Amino acid sequence: MDRAFFEQLAMPLFDQLYNHACWLTGDRADAEDLVQETYAKSLKGFGSFAEGTNLRAWMFRILRNAFLNSRSGLKQKTDYLEDEETGADQAVSHEVTPEALFLACESQEAIFSALERLPVAHREIILLCDVDEMSYREIAQVLDIPAGTVMSRLARARTNLRASLGAKEAVR
Amino acid sequence: MTACSQDRNVLAAYLDGELPAAQEKSLQEHLRGCPECAAEIAAQVSLRRAMKLAATRFAPSADFRRKLQAQIAPKRSVGLRWLWPAAVATLAVMLLAVVWTRQSTLSSQAFREVADLHISDLASANPYDVVSSDRHTVKPWFQGKIPFAFNVPEFAGSEFTLLGGRLVYLHQQPAAQLMVGAGRHKISVLIAQQGSGLGSGLPFFGGVAVRDSFNVETWEKNGLRFYVIGDAEQGAIHRLAQALQGVNGS
Repeated sequence: MDRAFFEQLAMPLFDQLYNHACWLTGDRADAEDLVQETYAKSLKGFGSFAEGTNLRAWMFRILRNAFLNSRSGLKQKTDYLEDEETGADQAVSHEVTPEALFLACESQEAIFSALERLPVAHREIILLCDVDEMSYREIAQVLDIPAGTVMSRLARARTNLRASLGAKEAVR
Repeated sequence: MTACSQDRNVLAAYLDGELPAAQEKSLQEHLRGCPECAAEIAAQVSLRRAMKLAATRFAPSADFRRKLQAQIAPKRSVGLRWLWPAAVATLAVMLLAVVWTRQSTLSSQAFREVADLHISDLASANPYDVVSSDRHTVKPWFQGKIPFAFNVPEFAGSEFTLLGGRLVYLHQQPAAQLMVGAGRHKISVLIAQQGSGLGSGLPFFGGVAVRDSFNVETWEKNGLRFYVIGDAEQGAIHRLAQALQGVNGS
């Protein structure tokens, strides 16, 4: 009964979780492992999961923790620590005008590669907000950070993405 | 460079719908009169639209979906897979039961008939067609009356006494019935041709079985079906059976 209920609630999140896992790991096999682990852990913990709370945020959080503890996640863990402190790319981003941004949006590949170049903490928060369309509150649940930190990290991530999009022209 | 000092990230938060109501209201007023901010908003909107494609960039394979679904599927569907061998086993058991029931019905019919013959013999005031304790008298008496021949063991000096014999019909076939005394008990030996339907459910070599409180031993040899039945103890029935097997062997 519980299992059927879990399947009913959790399976609709499957594509979303898999896509997110791919973006995090950059590898399909790793992503499959992550998603499998996420579902196994969610199913196990489903008994303690209170109905009415946000299942999506809960499962994304389990996925994220699984990622941080995985091999590919451990490599990127340092990113998390470094990036909170630095205000890098701020200057560059200010030079990326709305017009330049418009132009960059023409190319899907440019956007994907800019996302891939981002530190994983920035990539993930932008994906959660813009791609998975989560509220700041949901994002705070997934990342286990205060809502205020969501706003500031998101701001830095967007600045960084914008710089990355603008820098693309310079690099290539 | 934007001439307007408005923070781009506040515009982003506005698009996210996450600005406090008061701030949202004042920003809306500002946007009406600021072309730079309007252009910035438009650019951000187009970036978001382009970003949406990232949502479907990686699609799980059908294989992986199946694998995961199986992993979390309710136990009942897992149970269904287990059910197949169980169903097959159940069917096999049922089939065996049907066959066994049929066989045991056949054999109990056969035994009942034998038991009836034995009982009728016990109840009869004149139970024997041929009264003799001499096997050389009894055996020839059956010649011409039954379509087969058998040997009677020598009982002299044994615990058994030959009382007599008679012609009976067993499974709609002529059969020889010998009455053998064992102490105060009477034992019937029935000999008929194998091949009637009733006999097919019977064991070729059986130990002593208990039927309707009689001890019975039956076997088949050279196309003849032998029954030894009586209320004597099992050991006596078995010894008589062995004596008969000894003279009607290979």
